[in-house]
Amino acid sequence: MAKMILTGNESAAWGARLSKPKVVAAYPITPQTSIIEKIAEFIANGEMDARYIRVESEHSAMAACIAAENTGVRTFTATSAHGLTLMHEMLIWASGARLPIVMSVVNRAMAPPWSVWTDQLDSVAQRDTGWMQIYSENNQEVLDSIIMAYRVGEKHNILLPTMIMEDAFILSHTAEAVDVPEQKLVDDFVGEFEPAFKLDPQDPGGFGSLIMPEGPYMEFRYKMALAMDEARKEIRKVTEEFAEVFGRKYPGLVEEYRTEDADAIMVVMGTIASTAKDVIDALREKGKKVGLARIRYFRPFPYEELREIVKKADMLGIVDRSYTFGYGAALYTETKGALYGHTDKPIKNYVVGLGGRDITPDVLVKIFDNMLKIAKDGVVDREIEWVGLHGDERWS
Amino acid sequence: MAIILPDEPTPIAKVPSTENKTGGWRTFRPIINYEKCIRCYICWKFCPEPAIEFDSPDAHPVAKPQLAKFDSVKINYDYCKGCGICANECPVNAIEMILEEKLEED
Amino acid sequence: MIEIRFHGRGGQGSVIASKILAKAFFMEGKYVSAFPYFGVERRGAPVTAFTRVDERPIRAKYQIYEPDYVIVLDPSLLKAVDVLKGLKKDGWVLINTIKTPEEIKKELNHDKIATVDATSIAIKHHLGSQAAPIVNTAILGAFSKVSGLVKIETVMNAIRESAPAKQEENALAAKDAYDATIMGGE
Repeated sequence: MAKMILTGNESAAWGARLSKPKVVAAYPITPQTSIIEKIAEFIANGEMDARYIRVESEHSAMAACIAAENTGVRTFTATSAHGLTLMHEMLIWASGARLPIVMSVVNRAMAPPWSVWTDQLDSVAQRDTGWMQIYSENNQEVLDSIIMAYRVGEKHNILLPTMIMEDAFILSHTAEAVDVPEQKLVDDFVGEFEPAFKLDPQDPGGFGSLIMPEGPYMEFRYKMALAMDEARKEIRKVTEEFAEVFGRKYPGLVEEYRTEDADAIMVVMGTIASTAKDVIDALREKGKKVGLARIRYFRPFPYEELREIVKKADMLGIVDRSYTFGYGAALYTETKGALYGHTDKPIKNYVVGLGGRDITPDVLVKIFDNMLKIAKDGVVDREIEWVGLHGDERWS
Repeated sequence: MAIILPDEPTPIAKVPSTENKTGGWRTFRPIINYEKCIRCYICWKFCPEPAIEFDSPDAHPVAKPQLAKFDSVKINYDYCKGCGICANECPVNAIEMILEEKLEED
Repeated sequence: MIEIRFHGRGGQGSVIASKILAKAFFMEGKYVSAFPYFGVERRGAPVTAFTRVDERPIRAKYQIYEPDYVIVLDPSLLKAVDVLKGLKKDGWVLINTIKTPEEIKKELNHDKIATVDATSIAIKHHLGSQAAPIVNTAILGAFSKVSGLVKIETVMNAIRESAPAKQEENALAAKDAYDATIMGGE
């Protein structure tokens, strides 16, 4: 194992390299570009034995991955923001075709207003595409999650694609020390791609056929729903197996941090969780009992874990770095939906950090203080609150 | 203090983008050698900016007397990003790319 | 935790400097993170980059507002940017300039000022061109001297491992800068 100083994007490229996809098809977009530049460099240097397909759009990138994966080879791609949303149609095709493609996504705000900075709306808006979704906290997790995503997705009882998110710039362009595992270990862990089916001239077959309303369209969808449910168990199992081989223990679908005996627990995805851990340590020293539940997998959604977590505190504060216009942000509504009938504790939605607005410890301390007050009073002051708007004295 | 919201529903730029003088991005500066220029306007066609403009026939030296009735061309250095496409396309090699810092030194 | 901010101009290699410095600290067993200001940088425009160093894993995922050290790669930035913004009162500002700390003091209201003529050192070692010398490796040698937090030998090794070309010249430039740094206001 070699420790290297890598950015999140370099970590993603290393995760792809170690997993040995045979085809990479991608289109550049800030802040994803350095992922595919690095992969192109690996291929050009002969360090990666893959075919790199240059395409004219992200829609085509995903189409190329779908076609390649259908021939029975492992594929990889990466994108961000407008590139991801342009892929939307093909994302649904990939999962319905049951192709375990793995993709890196750099979470960037959607325009307008134009912004290249972090915001999770781009991937949250792909919630319903049938892809598994992992939100990373640091560069090590970016690399490791790609390796685990292939292992989970390619199981024949799963056969679903996975996207691995990293917050724009905060991970994508930030260099940290990363353990790059030995190729042999990854080879053994991920294994050769064994497709459950493939395009084969010796055994011809068509894919994506029409199914009439009375045909098994619903049954195919139900099989996919079962696979996504099954993935929960596989994810928990594979993170255990990963720990045995690589010595790094990931907590399945949700990471809990100091949730025992907490009065208030923050639920969040991505890098905010990392800063929040420092804040929690500082607040705990002052006797404020706060904890954290970091959602690693937004899909499949960890409803079972959340039903246990809510028992440990007097309230949950759901922090979203995106907004779903109409009612609350996605992590909030999902959490509330999962907890309906399981708790009557107060739950509040905090909308933060859109368009890359920096989330400092000061902001998090204010949110935790507000959460503790709600935990004490048992009353939610505002169900959905946007934090840190210009001029708002509650947060300045 | 109350929340401060922008006046418009979506950002509307009040300053034209021409105020953004992208010539500052330039590393190399294209310089036209009017002793060679045949006023074919191929540079004008290819410039992606576009930063090549027409000028009056007598604004610059003319390479051949029969060209004197045609408009000359000039480069608008406020917007030329120094991509060098004009120099590459010029059929008579009349455009030279020179390092900006070298010009600043001189 | 030690927090360091770099000020340079696009093309001068401030972001690379922040990473090489992170690597040097990493080689001495520290935890590090290095990142650019999340701007849309272009050649010539003011650029900011950061390095964090700690004895334990760094979980902070936000920008640096109150650095312990400020490193200025281009003296023209003193007029263009508030390089002292947020700098701790007892923190050092290290500037690439031909001036002495006393002369800089007339421009900057700060106690701990260090200066080094990294431009001449870079030119001496043929780093970059005469017109655009690359000072980002030399200035790291000066940082080693000013901070005393990382050995000059480690900085030189980190440069040798990271520089895409002229590894030895870059490393020697750092050593020269280490020796030539003037520290004022102590």
